[in-house]
Amino acid sequence: MDISLKNVEYRYSADTPFERLAIQDVNIDISSGSYTAIIGHTGSGKSTVLQHLNALLKPTKGTVFIGNREIKAGRKEKNLKGIREKVGIVFQFPEHQLFEETVEKDICFGPLNFGVSETEAKKRANEAIKQVGLSEEILEKSPFDLSGGQMRRVAIAGVLAMEPECIVLDEPTAGLDPRGRKEIMDLFYKLHQERDLATVLVTHSMEDAARYADEIVIMHKGTVLQKGTPNEIFSDPERLLAHGLDVPDVVRFQLRIEKTFQTKFDRICLKEDELINMLAAFLKRRGAQ
Amino acid sequence: MMEKMIIGRYVPADSLLHRMDPRSKLILVFLFVGVIFLANNFWTYGILLIYTLLMAGFSKIPPRFLIGGLKPVLWLVIFTFFLHLFLTREGAVIFDLGWFKIYEEGLRQGIFISMRFFLLILITSLLTLTTTPIEITDGLERLLGPLKKLKFPVHELALMMSIALRFIPTLMQETDKIMKAQTARGVEYTSGPIKERLKAVVPLLIPLFISSFKRAEELAVAMEARGYKGGEGRTKYRQLSWSTVDTLMILLLLAVTVLLIVFRG
Repeated sequence: MDISLKNVEYRYSADTPFERLAIQDVNIDISSGSYTAIIGHTGSGKSTVLQHLNALLKPTKGTVFIGNREIKAGRKEKNLKGIREKVGIVFQFPEHQLFEETVEKDICFGPLNFGVSETEAKKRANEAIKQVGLSEEILEKSPFDLSGGQMRRVAIAGVLAMEPECIVLDEPTAGLDPRGRKEIMDLFYKLHQERDLATVLVTHSMEDAARYADEIVIMHKGTVLQKGTPNEIFSDPERLLAHGLDVPDVVRFQLRIEKTFQTKFDRICLKEDELINMLAAFLKRRGAQ
Repeated sequence: MMEKMIIGRYVPADSLLHRMDPRSKLILVFLFVGVIFLANNFWTYGILLIYTLLMAGFSKIPPRFLIGGLKPVLWLVIFTFFLHLFLTREGAVIFDLGWFKIYEEGLRQGIFISMRFFLLILITSLLTLTTTPIEITDGLERLLGPLKKLKFPVHELALMMSIALRFIPTLMQETDKIMKAQTARGVEYTSGPIKERLKAVVPLLIPLFISSFKRAEELAVAMEARGYKGGEGRTKYRQLSWSTVDTLMILLLLAVTVLLIVFRG
């Protein structure tokens, strides 16, 4: 399922003294099966963009295409449930949305809302809890007896059990320890590869974006600053740095080496191995001279 | 979804009402709450309406925003109107359907009571719209100051009030956030049958309660960490100053009160 935003503008609290322009002139295409990262500072509008992806917000100008639906500014939309079933969102700190008595009930909540039968929902809950790396025994527990990390996983399982065609992640690892962070990111990457699940990652970690995404969109002050593959984006690291955005450690390391040795490698490396090979070759050449 | 609500919200601006001393505004609101009960006919309600609209004008808050923000409460006002219209059985019958009659007194009561309700909400909203929570608290603490002699915990009361006011917008944001998260999980808050929508309140309220308790705990710890220990010996950063405008405004309301006493039936 493809999602695309065409010339989208959104104003919060339109027509009140609190009116604030959040995004304008945003054009983004997310094709099915892709892994897109949306990066930007706090307040760059990335969370606003995210909420357009399943019609939680309707643009104040422009159009959003979600599958075969069209959400146009200034039009009343009915029956958005279908969209929400296909596009699952894992919000920031998703554990705040837990409310049921047991983990199982909470995971089943989404699927049941979309008209899935109870047996099927339970089956999905069982599957989802394993996918997020928790054991089945946890299903009977109250979500409020779990640790923070476990609650996060349960909430994610609740979205996975909806079996969406596209999953949108809003900083899914905020506040987790480094290990939990890696586990969660790897989990989503595995799902993306195994099920061809379209994934949109909203983050401010350049590392994650460079490592997982095949398409990066950089937001800056409510507009799209740049978009392209990681190689394209990081081929011009100075531009990112000029806008106060970070580059992955590997890239920064390469830049410093280039500066120290007064040289320029023929491309920007995004993986450590790549950079090591490049550096080794360079040093060898230098030694030979 | 909740961004249009104005109850408990402060709109920064530079207007007559904004510049007034919070003490005089508080006194005015309390007086108004009493005075409004003097009105009992069209003349007196008319005077009150003009007074209220005048105050709204002084506040420089865009009327469209004011009306939009009061919409949710307007339902309550309309409900009050119909309750009185249908349930009062006094005076001449003005509308007769056989099994269903509307009486003159019902219509009168309906209009008056809902009007009273509306004016009260508008005036109190004007107070919070033009006064920061901190000012309200300072003002209240000073006004209630004399009660300290009777061992009444004035400072604590003021603090409780300011915390409550301070967290209304936060709670609204939180509500919005959780509503969105549950909407993404297939709950419908804005359409669908009433029964379903009522059910949808549970997945909203439980997370809200939990986060409120957590926040209260965090706030208490943060206050203690910064050495907060109540009113005794605590100095004030903001000084209140009573100006001529404040006196004039109080005199204006007193004049309105006199008019009401003269014109009431």
